[in-house]
Amino acid sequence: MLLSYVKFALGTFAHRKTRSLLTMIGIFIGIAAVVALIGLGEGLRGAIIGQFGFLGPDVLDIQASGLNFAGPPGTAVVKPLTEDLTEKVERIPGVEAAINRYIESGTMEFNDKQDIVFAWNMPEGKDRATLEGMLNLKVSQGRLLKDGDNLKVMVGSGFTDKDRFGKPVQLGNRILFKGVEFEVIGILEKKGSFIFDTALIMNEDVLVDNFREDGSVNVIAVKVKDVEAVDSVKTNIEQLLRKERDVKKGEEDFVVGSPEATLQTIDETIFGVQLFIYVIAAVAIIVGAIGITNTMYTAVLERTKEIGIMKSIGATNQTIFALFFIESGLLGLVGGLIGISAGFALSYSFAFLGRQILGSDLIQADIGIGLVLGSLFFSVLVGLLAGVIPAYKASKKHPVDSLRYAQ
Amino acid sequence: MGKAIIRLEQVWKVYSLGKVEVAALRGLNLDVKRGEFVAVMGPSGSGKSTAVNMIGCLDIPSKGRILLEDKDISHLSESALAQIRGKKIGFIFQQFNLISTLTALENVMLPMIFQDIPEDERRKKAWELLELVGLADRMQHKPSELSGGQQQRVAIARALANDPEVIIADEPTGNLDSKTGAMVLDFLKRLHKEEKRTIIMVTHDEQLAHAAERIEYLKDGIIVKSKVKLAK
Ligand SMILES: Nc1ncnc2c1ncn2[C@@H]1O[C@H](COP(=O)(O)OP(=O)(O)OP(=O)(O)O)[C@@H](O)[C@H]1O
Ligand SMILES: [Mg+2]
Repeated sequence: MLLSYVKFALGTFAHRKTRSLLTMIGIFIGIAAVVALIGLGEGLRGAIIGQFGFLGPDVLDIQASGLNFAGPPGTAVVKPLTEDLTEKVERIPGVEAAINRYIESGTMEFNDKQDIVFAWNMPEGKDRATLEGMLNLKVSQGRLLKDGDNLKVMVGSGFTDKDRFGKPVQLGNRILFKGVEFEVIGILEKKGSFIFDTALIMNEDVLVDNFREDGSVNVIAVKVKDVEAVDSVKTNIEQLLRKERDVKKGEEDFVVGSPEATLQTIDETIFGVQLFIYVIAAVAIIVGAIGITNTMYTAVLERTKEIGIMKSIGATNQTIFALFFIESGLLGLVGGLIGISAGFALSYSFAFLGRQILGSDLIQADIGIGLVLGSLFFSVLVGLLAGVIPAYKASKKHPVDSLRYAQ
Repeated sequence: MGKAIIRLEQVWKVYSLGKVEVAALRGLNLDVKRGEFVAVMGPSGSGKSTAVNMIGCLDIPSKGRILLEDKDISHLSESALAQIRGKKIGFIFQQFNLISTLTALENVMLPMIFQDIPEDERRKKAWELLELVGLADRMQHKPSELSGGQQQRVAIARALANDPEVIIADEPTGNLDSKTGAMVLDFLKRLHKEEKRTIIMVTHDEQLAHAAERIEYLKDGIIVKSKVKLAK
């Protein structure tokens, strides 16, 4: 029976396409905005997680603070960290490993073309395995670096893109980085993050000997033995660094952070943006709901005679209510469907534009099935709610008066 | 003849239009026996439609009783009335009153939807009824694509959808030319003769009224004259 009613409502619906479509604009805009922004937000979040490369509750990183807008982490600071700090940090109780991370920008030459790239280091000895594990580092071709590899590099998957240097970088190729010649011995798996995909990776002593005479280090990555102790270790590191760098509490020129905490901050930011969008979307949806109510009121009035006819051939009040109620829900459903499609289109084209303009993989769209189903459910719900009063009015119409209603 | 299927006892219907009250029926008494064909005549505004609408459970009286198969329907709720008219009453109106967005077939199926009849059964029955009224080739046409006579025949088929005991036709030929009107009347006569249905027909046309077994003349809300014809 319900199915018959739905079919009936669909029939009337198809008959009033233009009005129906106009009605759905509100719902459509609201749902499109929600889908597009949640989609982008999720994509952004995913990309940022990838960006860190490693995440875990037992990882901390130390950076000197200062100007740090454009380049990779820790490359443009006022007073850099130094290597001797790493050893001191490693001696703090509860620290499993403190690893120097050097990040070096410079000109790379390949196939007679030049471009600015950056390189970072793999530590020697047992720290190498620790870092490989933390970063989940794997090659798609060739091999990972090992101790004693001199003037050899692993390259990110981005270098296999032929556009960058006119032809793809391949295993065994020779490249120049800051005037030093390296041999490519491994190509990393694609990670979707520029930290990996557009980097050269070389052994620590190779990087230090050739490019880093001053003993400065960009990031100190710290692995903590016991997750429970992360906070106390962090406090101890901060204390040590304040002493070593001779700064007062509250005036630190360094940051001890955990990637997880950073992610939380980003989540909060995204949430803030999303909240704003939700408010706009909510307003659009309320306007949409009012639009549906209004359309349904008009429909009830216009179809007064039809209501009278249906009552005269046996439709009960409940039946009339159901017919208009379902029709209203359908308005919401179709509005939602169009909105979701538009949301898809919007977020993917935004993401595409963003990538073109910023040249970064950071902006991604990610629309899950949950979001789609949730939006559909919600738009039907809005349609149904908007239809309650008009459908009730329709159901209460007097049969004889309705039949007398002039069309 | 059998006993009364419909009985109106001292039925009043008063419409209030703001301060003014209009009494459309003023103590109407009427018996209709099962299988009878009754014509109702009278000047415009005499209360004919008001009376038959109440017989068809579309409305309830302000005062008095209406019995349908000995059941008092004068105080039933809207829903209860809807159930009864869906099952027992078939309406045919002057303006045809088909649903313009539905095809002929769908229009005939509609009363059966309201009675929860399964789709294939509905379709079969509607098909048969449209064949019966000679519209087998017009099933998929919308009302706007049909002539007045054809629309009224769809309406007759629709009135028969749930096999009603009583057919109420309020000026069924009022919007038709005399030839088409005669054809519609022929259908009503057949329903009466061959299927023994109770028919109540409102008409302004004395000639058409003579197809009935009995003519009731209404004026100012009461019956002023009855003319009974001997069964042929
Ligand atoms: N819903 C209503 N509200 C107010 N007055 C009404 C209503 N329905 C009918 N009336 C009045 O009741 C009286 C009887 O109306 P009714 O429609 O029954 O007449 P009728 O005999 O069918 O006339 P016609 O031959 O013109 O169809 C008229 O005076 C009419 O104006
Ligand atoms: Mg009338």
